[in-house]
Amino acid sequence: MAGSIPASATASTGAAAPRVGPWREAWRRFRKHRLAVVSLVILSVLVLAVLVGPFAWQVPIDEIDFTARLQGPSWAHPMGTDDLGQDILARVLYGGRISLAVGFAAMMVAIFVGVLVGAVAGMAGGRIDAGLMWLTDLFLSLPQLPLLLLIIYLFREGLTQVVGQELGVFILIVIIIGGFNWMQVARLVRAQFFSLREKEFVEAARALGASRLRLVVRHILPNALGPVIVAATIDIAAAIIAESTLSFLGLGFPPDVPTWGRLLFDAKDNLDFAPHWALFPGAMIFLTVLSINFIGDGLRDAFDPRRVIAS
Amino acid sequence: MAQPLLSVRNLVKRFPVRGGVLRRVVDQVHAVDGVGFDLASGETLGLVGESGCGKSTTGRCILRLIEPTSGEVRFEGRDVCALTGNELAAIRRDMQIIFQDPFASLNPRMTVGSIIGEALEIHRLAKTRREREAKVAELLETVGLRPDHMSRFPHEFSGGQRQRIGIARALAVSPKLIICDEPVSALDVSIQAQVINLLEDLQEKFGLSYLFIAHDLSVVEHISDRVAVMYLGRIVEVAPSRDLYAQPLHPYTEALLSAVPIPDPTLKRERIRLQGDIPSPMNPPSGCHFHTRCPIAEKGLCDVAAPDFREATSGHWVACHKRG
Ligand SMILES: Nc1ncnc2c1ncn2[C@@H]1O[C@H](COP(=O)(O)OP(=O)(O)O)[C@@H](O)[C@H]1O
Ligand code: SF4
Ligand SMILES: [Mg+2]
Repeated sequence: MAGSIPASATASTGAAAPRVGPWREAWRRFRKHRLAVVSLVILSVLVLAVLVGPFAWQVPIDEIDFTARLQGPSWAHPMGTDDLGQDILARVLYGGRISLAVGFAAMMVAIFVGVLVGAVAGMAGGRIDAGLMWLTDLFLSLPQLPLLLLIIYLFREGLTQVVGQELGVFILIVIIIGGFNWMQVARLVRAQFFSLREKEFVEAARALGASRLRLVVRHILPNALGPVIVAATIDIAAAIIAESTLSFLGLGFPPDVPTWGRLLFDAKDNLDFAPHWALFPGAMIFLTVLSINFIGDGLRDAFDPRRVIAS
Repeated sequence: MAQPLLSVRNLVKRFPVRGGVLRRVVDQVHAVDGVGFDLASGETLGLVGESGCGKSTTGRCILRLIEPTSGEVRFEGRDVCALTGNELAAIRRDMQIIFQDPFASLNPRMTVGSIIGEALEIHRLAKTRREREAKVAELLETVGLRPDHMSRFPHEFSGGQRQRIGIARALAVSPKLIICDEPVSALDVSIQAQVINLLEDLQEKFGLSYLFIAHDLSVVEHISDRVAVMYLGRIVEVAPSRDLYAQPLHPYTEALLSAVPIPDPTLKRERIRLQGDIPSPMNPPSGCHFHTRCPIAEKGLCDVAAPDFREATSGHWVACHKRG
């Protein structure tokens, strides 16, 4: 039915090409970034450790033992003990769950708000775009830490009474940290939308009668997500640091919830004679943030089609 | 003459140019400046002009991919510019477009099957998934690709193959008119002929009409029944292909033709070099847009009044004070 068109002659060149989808291709390029791969392994180990660690290392996080106060690392307490003789390894493992959960959850909030604002601005243009970008710039120019403190001070009590202290603080911290970290994502998504909107494949879909929703969901958003994924990794790191900062200032989780930041806060008065107390949670934060940033670098390479890494 | 399939009258598109801190409109690009033509059913009209003269903008206005500033576009007698909602969606089945850049015109994150199948999905042309796949397979064969190419991604294909995928996507809705916006300009010369032959075969098979855009006359000569020559947003000459090549009337057409190599080496054609560059469409020259570069321009006439579009010989129209 192809008439006079030689079907096989033209088709054969395609057959030689490797069968890879765009995601597989991105993974192939990610693997070339050695630091990113190492970081991915480290992060996976960390996540696995805080998830299953507390089951393997069954020392309670709040077992007070005055005979073993401020001890350095030993077989019984691989990361030493604090001023109440509590096992720091147990506390680091347990607290890591919360620190990482805060990081991922706050990242989700930031990405959700950022994609929403950026997509609406990028699709609507005109006044709506101008208004949303004004809002974005406003958020960028706000002094974040004082505002964080103020909001926590104002809402902590109320929320805590409704959903309980631990969950209340978690929700509050996630929303606040996410709510102050969506701006970069919004700008990225908006810029992507503006350039993708004019692309010929989007015009082709419009010429076929695709609805706005279809244009966004099928054609524009999937192609805008590469840089967003990169930004997301940076948001996780930023959120973990922000939570640590809040906890370090004594404004995050209560003392009996040993997040990494909270552990640092408690350790700060004993730095002279028990440096291990600060060292281990500090190293955890450092390792996590650093590996996430390297993973972000790797993802940037993987998703940037202009960057060709020598094989 | 029977009712034309497509009829364009006084089509104008101006793009605002924004500047300054307040991003106010400081100027306008006169991309299309009063274009008009008819296209009969089954016909191929070539639209030729240097890059930037408004060919793509004309095509996109006809499809309402951009809103024309003013003018009239009628498809089978219906005013395309007045359509909304369902009617506009329905007319999108009748008019399709093939793009110049085979890399930018296919979504890199979709498989070939879903790119072509999307058209069927939007217009509900297949009831089941299996029916859709069968239709996509048939379309792929129609354009000279294999059904198993369906599950691949665009980057796995060569430029010519991608262009075939774009053609299959346009064919999926069984259109009557396809606007081909420089469909071979980005391809190797050896592949250009294959794609043009494919377009001609498809035209015969499905009774398609083409508005075939190109930036040089040699590409359209073969495929077009009639050719329209465009300069700075206006059509300066329209004629049946043979007439235009044998007897160009407009000095701009002459210059374009003199750049086309002739197969017969005993026939020497003098190369006419135009002076200067194309003026900016932001402030096109007064009177005849071509007068700044025209070798036979007449002062006091050409720079004052725009020439009318007149029928010099049967079916051969030209806009020039001194010709025709
Ligand atoms: N979206 C746009 N905004 C502003 N100017 C545009 C836009 N699209 C095209 N133009 C301008 O309109 C003129 C005609 O462009 P186009 O129709 O693409 O020309 P062609 O297809 O003949 O090369 C050019 O000067 C171009 O810069
Ligand atoms: S109208 Fe005058 S300037 Fe324009 S093409 Fe004819 S002779 Fe040249
Ligand atoms: Mg063009």
